[in-house]
Amino acid sequence: MTPALRRRMFLVAAAVAGLLLLWGLTGLPDYGVYNGPYGDVLNEVAVAERKATNVVGAVTFDYRGVDTMGEEYILFAAVLGVAILLRAQRDETENPPDEDAADRNAPQTSNAVRVIGLALVGPVVLFGLYLVLHGHLTPGGGFQGGVVLATAALLVYLSGEYVTLRRVSPELVTDLAESVGAASYVAVGLLGVAAGTAFLDNVLPLGQPGELLSAGIIPPINAAIGLEVAGGFVLLLSEFLEQTLVIRRPGEVT
Amino acid sequence: MIVLEVTVFLLVASAGTAVVLTRDPLNQAIVASFYGLILGIMFFIYQAPDVALSQITVGAVALPLMILLALAKVRALAGSRRQDNDR
Repeated sequence: MTPALRRRMFLVAAAVAGLLLLWGLTGLPDYGVYNGPYGDVLNEVAVAERKATNVVGAVTFDYRGVDTMGEEYILFAAVLGVAILLRAQRDETENPPDEDAADRNAPQTSNAVRVIGLALVGPVVLFGLYLVLHGHLTPGGGFQGGVVLATAALLVYLSGEYVTLRRVSPELVTDLAESVGAASYVAVGLLGVAAGTAFLDNVLPLGQPGELLSAGIIPPINAAIGLEVAGGFVLLLSEFLEQTLVIRRPGEVT
Repeated sequence: MIVLEVTVFLLVASAGTAVVLTRDPLNQAIVASFYGLILGIMFFIYQAPDVALSQITVGAVALPLMILLALAKVRALAGSRRQDNDR
């Protein structure tokens, strides 16, 4: 195929795709118009039924809890896959991450980064916990809060050294957090089965809307996801850093 | 309000274009992070704070972080290969 022919074929295809796109755009509802019934119904019933003031949280962790469980296990499988891909190969050796080694890949961080990073660790942990624990009350939840919590570990690495990161998040703790978090979701779901109703049925006491302890199974599920996501992301971070800073290929200058 | 919406649309469009036009992966990770932040602001303006939070954590933090870490690993590998060849 010559470049000229290829270009002509592309132009024809792009024109057809553009026309289809324009045709589709003309059929869209008007700006700001909402036709679906589900949102309106949920806005009416969710707070009364589940005592959760964050209706989005009620949908993702209760009404469509099984769906979210699938999402959680997608992340679990992805982290597992990365951990397997980044494991130390047989011909690679592990060297202690000597921060002053001549071949050190990480550039020296400035004092400004270290000070600001260290100052941010506390607030970031607090914000992450707030997001996880208030998922049923205000926007947020386990996924977002978990990533924010993992960011704290990144800040520790940025303002300290790799060994500092390993000291505050030992491998055993991150592994446990990830697996316990993933398993707890199913455990909370099985509460419904134990109570004689259905898997992931909201069987815990609902309480009053707006209170921290309310909305039944939604806060425990958020906590489980927060634990899993935070553990998973820290695991990813330390696997990558270990590959870059600790593991040496044979023949590499150490 | 409509001014805000148009402004954020234009910002998203230009930031998205900037991501495509940036060729170096290292720079692209930073530009993509900025794009993720703008997208988060757009979701927030359209009154979807839950989605905005997810977008900011994933688009502005997690994704660029993974790209940067992968780049660091690839460059370390390429550096050691070069040393092997020099010998």
